[in-house]
Amino acid sequence: MKTQHPHARRRRAQGAMIGLFLLFAGLFTAFFRVQVLASSTYKLRAEENRLRRLDVPAPRGTIFDRNGRIIADNVPSYAVTVLPASRDSVMATVAQLRTYIPLTNLQVSRLDATLRSYPRQPLVVTADAGLEAATALMERRAEFLNVYVEMRPHRRYTDGPAVSHVLGYIGEITAEELGTSMFPREEYQQGMIVGKTGIERQYEHILQGESGVRFVEVDARGRIVGDFSGSTSRPGVSGGDLRLSVDLELQRWIHRIFPKDKMGSVVAIDPTDGSVLALYSAPTFDPNEFVGGIDPELWQYLNTDPSKPLYNRAVLGLYPPASAWKLATAAIGLELGVIEPHDQMPIPCTGGLQYGNRYWRCWRPGGHGSLDLAGAIQHSCDVWFYQLGIKIGLERLLREATDFGFSRRCGIDLPEEKAGVFPAGPEFWESRFGYTPNEGEVLSLAIGQGPNSQTPLKMAQFYTALARDGSAPAPSLFIGRQNEPEGWTLKLDSADLAALRQGLRQVTGLGGTAYMSSLEHWDLIGKTGTGQNPLSLQGLALDHAWFSAIAGPPGGDPEIVVTVLVEYGGGGSAVAAPIAAKVADFYLRKKYGMLIETVQTLREHAMVGRYFTPAGQRLQQQRERR
Amino acid sequence: MLRVLERWVVDGRFVLGILLLSFFGIAMVYSAGAVNTPDPVVTEAWRRQLGWFAIAIVTFSLVARVALRWWEWIAIPAYVLTLVLLAATLVVGTGVGTAESTTSWLAIGSLRFQPSELAKIATVLALARLLSAKDEPPTGLRDLLAPGVMVALPLGLVMLQGDLGSGMAFIGLLYAMLYWAGTPPFLLLLVASPVLGLILSFDTRIWSGYIVILFLVLYLYRYRLFLYESAAVILVNIAAGAIAMPLWNSLKPYQQNRLLVFLDPAVDPRGAGYNLMQSKVAIGSGGLTGKGFLEGTQKRFDFLPEQHTDFIFSVIGEELGFLGVGLALLLFAYVLYRLVKMAEEANDPFAGLVLFGIFGVWVVHIFVNIGMTVGLVPITGIPLPFMSYGGTFLLTSWLAVGMVARLAHEE
Repeated sequence: MKTQHPHARRRRAQGAMIGLFLLFAGLFTAFFRVQVLASSTYKLRAEENRLRRLDVPAPRGTIFDRNGRIIADNVPSYAVTVLPASRDSVMATVAQLRTYIPLTNLQVSRLDATLRSYPRQPLVVTADAGLEAATALMERRAEFLNVYVEMRPHRRYTDGPAVSHVLGYIGEITAEELGTSMFPREEYQQGMIVGKTGIERQYEHILQGESGVRFVEVDARGRIVGDFSGSTSRPGVSGGDLRLSVDLELQRWIHRIFPKDKMGSVVAIDPTDGSVLALYSAPTFDPNEFVGGIDPELWQYLNTDPSKPLYNRAVLGLYPPASAWKLATAAIGLELGVIEPHDQMPIPCTGGLQYGNRYWRCWRPGGHGSLDLAGAIQHSCDVWFYQLGIKIGLERLLREATDFGFSRRCGIDLPEEKAGVFPAGPEFWESRFGYTPNEGEVLSLAIGQGPNSQTPLKMAQFYTALARDGSAPAPSLFIGRQNEPEGWTLKLDSADLAALRQGLRQVTGLGGTAYMSSLEHWDLIGKTGTGQNPLSLQGLALDHAWFSAIAGPPGGDPEIVVTVLVEYGGGGSAVAAPIAAKVADFYLRKKYGMLIETVQTLREHAMVGRYFTPAGQRLQQQRERR
Repeated sequence: MLRVLERWVVDGRFVLGILLLSFFGIAMVYSAGAVNTPDPVVTEAWRRQLGWFAIAIVTFSLVARVALRWWEWIAIPAYVLTLVLLAATLVVGTGVGTAESTTSWLAIGSLRFQPSELAKIATVLALARLLSAKDEPPTGLRDLLAPGVMVALPLGLVMLQGDLGSGMAFIGLLYAMLYWAGTPPFLLLLVASPVLGLILSFDTRIWSGYIVILFLVLYLYRYRLFLYESAAVILVNIAAGAIAMPLWNSLKPYQQNRLLVFLDPAVDPRGAGYNLMQSKVAIGSGGLTGKGFLEGTQKRFDFLPEQHTDFIFSVIGEELGFLGVGLALLLFAYVLYRLVKMAEEANDPFAGLVLFGIFGVWVVHIFVNIGMTVGLVPITGIPLPFMSYGGTFLLTSWLAVGMVARLAHEE
C-alpha cells in the first residue's frame, strides 16, 4: 500500500494534529469564556437557583402605658410559607396543608389571588399557625419539602377592647398603600404587616422596625434543603417601644363601667400637662382579631353594624355640645368684659324670654329668677345665657369662639381627628343655609345649640383650659411626642376663672343638678349637657348626654378632667355625670394609693344606705368657717 | 510505574494517560453520587464503576497479549456477529437508566451490555481489514462505496435504536479511517456534501448558491471523477435539499427541540434548554478554581441532569473549575495525540488504520460530550470515555486500549 509510505503518514498525521488542535482550542476557548470571563454571571445564577429569599418580619415595638404596663407586645407564633413554584403546585401544597391548618374556601381563593399578583414571592399561607399545627408540619417535613415553617412575632394586645380606639389595629399592607409617602417601596413590601388606624398607624415608623432577610437552600424540585447562613442574610431589627400617657387600669375601668348597651365616649386628660389619661369609645372592638388577618364575617359586621364599633367617637364623633358649651359663652362674656362675675341679668328668668318675634323658652318652665354667673351655670339657665348672648352680639361671639379653637382640631397624635363645627362668621349661614343670620341666632349659639358640633376630645380640651389657667396644650398620647402642635388660650384672669369654676362647683354642690354624682374624697366640679339630636327633636330617641368633670384632691389643683358623652343617653346629670365621677374617683384613688371601691358617687352610697358629705361641700364649709 | 507498563507495552505514556483519566473519572463518579437527596443508583455508581474498572484492567492485559494477526483474522466474523447483536437489540433491546428512551441494551441474565460499543470496535477492525487489503488509496467515489456500506449497516442499526451518539461515532471512525487510508480530502468533502446541502436548504437562495459552487468544484476536479459520480453527487445534494423539510418534520419533537435549543437555549429554559442551561450554570459558577471536590451546588441540589453519565464533565467544571477542566482536556488531548503519533509510526497498514479508527471514535465521543456541556454542540446522549459511568463502555474502551497497546508493541 503506497499510501503507507512514512512521508505520507507524517503528512496525514500532521493534518490530524492540526484538526485535533483546532477541536481542543475550541473547547478551551468555550470553557474559558464560560468559566473565567462569564463566571460571575453564572455564579449569581447558581445562587438564584438554590437560594430562596424569605423576609423575616421584625417584632413591632412594645407599647406601654404611663405606668410601664404593657398594652401591646408580641408573642411567638408560626408562619407557614410555601416557596414559589408553578401556581398549580403551590396551590396543591396549600390544599395538602388544609389538613393541618384550618383554611376556609375564601381564604384559599385569596391565597390564589395573591399568588396571581405576586407569583415569584413566597406565599405566606398563615402567619399565626398554632404550635400544634407547626409541630405537625415539622414532623411531616418530608411531605412538605417546599413549605417553610418559622417562628414569627405575633401582635398581642393585653386589653384589646379596653384600649382599642387608642391603639387602632394592624393588617397586611394593601397594594394602594404600598409606594405612598408613608410606605415607600424601599422599606415596605407586599405581605408586610402595618398599622392601619390609631397609635399603630400614627407611630408606624417607630413601631415597624426593619425586617430581616433569610435565605433557604432549595434543590431543583424546590424542596427545602436547609437554612443558608451566608453573609447576605441579616436579622430583623425590632421596632421601637412607645410609652403612652394613657393609664391602662383606667382604660380597663372605663371599659368596665361604661353602659354596655350605650354608645358614646370617655376622654380623660391630665390638666397638668394636657396628656391623655384615657380615651375610650363605645362600642369597642378587639384589635387582636385583626392580627393574622381578620375573619371576613367579623370584618363585615364591624363595618356595617349601625353601632359602628370601629368608629372612634372620641375624636370623630361630632355632637351638639348643648349646655356644656354655656361655659364658653360665659368665658367670652367675661373676656370681652360685657359682664362681671356677680352681675345679674336685667330680666330675671320666668321660664322664657321674648326676643324678636319669638318667645325663647328656658328648659325649666317655672323659671329661675335672678341669678349671678355662678348660679346661671349651676342651673344652666337658658334665659340668663340668652341675654348674655345678646350682650355679646352674634359677630363677636362667632369671632371669639373661633379664636378659642372651636372649629379647629385639637391636634392629638392619632391619624384621624375631626375638627369641631362652628361658624367663623355670618357667611357660614349664607353658604350653608342660604340666608343672612339675624341676631336671634346668637340666642341659640349662646346655649350651645345651633350650628355647633364638637368632639368629646375638644370639649375635654376646653374643660382642661378651665381647670388650668385658661390655656390648654394639645392633648397627646405618646410621651416624648415631637412637634406638638400649639394648644389654645382663653384670655381670662384668675378671678374670672374662679367665677366659672364656682359655677361648676355649684353644679355638683348641694342643690346642683349633678349633686348625686359628687365624691366623698375628691373635689369634683363639672357641667352637664343635654344635646338635642334630630331623633330626639322628633321624640324618637333620647338626647345625647354630656358631662365634663374637673376633679382633684380637696383644696388642691385639679388632677383630672373627664368628658363623658353618651349617645341617646338622656339627661347629662343622670347618665353621663356618674360615669365621669366614677372615672375621676378611680383615677384619684389609684393615684393616692387608696382602696378602689365600686360604690363611689353619692347616689351609689345612698343606694347602699351609706351617706357622706361630699369633699367639695366640706371644703366650702371649711372656707365659710374661716 | 512507567517502567512496569513498558515491559508490557511500548507506549507506556499512552496507557498512563488512560489510567489517570480512569481514576479521575471514578473520582468524579463518586462525587456525582454526593447529592443532597441521595439516589442509591447514583450514590453507589462509583463502586460498580470501580468493579468494572478492575474487570477492564484484566481485559486490557489479556487483549494486550493477543497478536495483531489474530485481530485481523477475527475482524470480519466479529463484524458480522455484532451486526446480528445490533439487529437483536431492535427486537429485544431495552433502555436503561438515563438512556431510557433508547433500546441499546441487551440483557443476558442479570448482565446487560450495549452491542453498539462492541460494534464500534468490530467495525474499526473490519474496515481496517477492508482498506488495508487495497494497494491504492481510494481515488473516486466508487472506491468509497464498499467502506461506506460497511459502516452504513451498523450505523443504520444504531440509529434505529435511537442512539444518535453512537451513530456519530461511526461517522467519525469512517472519516478518520478513510482519511488515514489516503482518500483525497475533496472526496471526503463530496461525501459530506449532502449533509451540508441538507443544512443549507433552510434558505433557498443560500442553497442555490451552494449548488452552483458544487458544480464549479466538480468541474475543476472533472479529471478525477467519472461523470456518473459527479452526477450522483449533484443528484444526492438536490435530493437532500428536497427532503430537508419532510426529514425535519419526521424528527421527534424532543430531537427538534434539542437542535433549536442549541441555537438558542433561552427558547425553552424549562424544557429542552434546561439541561444545557443548568450545565452551563454549573460550569460557569465553578469559575477558575471550582467549588471544591464534592461541593458543587448545582450537582448537589439536583439541578444538574445525568451528572454521573452524560454530564460528568459539568461536575468537573463546577467542582474543579477551569483548572480541573484544563487538566482533563490536556489528558484527553495527550491521549489522542499519542494515538496519532503511534499511527504515524506504525508500518503495518492494518495497525495504523485500527489506531485511526479508535482515534475517530474517541474524538467524536470526547468532543461531542464535552462540547455539549458547554453549549458548543447540540445535546446528544453520548458518554465521555473513561469518565462517564457505564460498564460496557468502560470495558470496550479499555479493550481498545489493550489493542492499541498491542499494536504499538508489535511495531
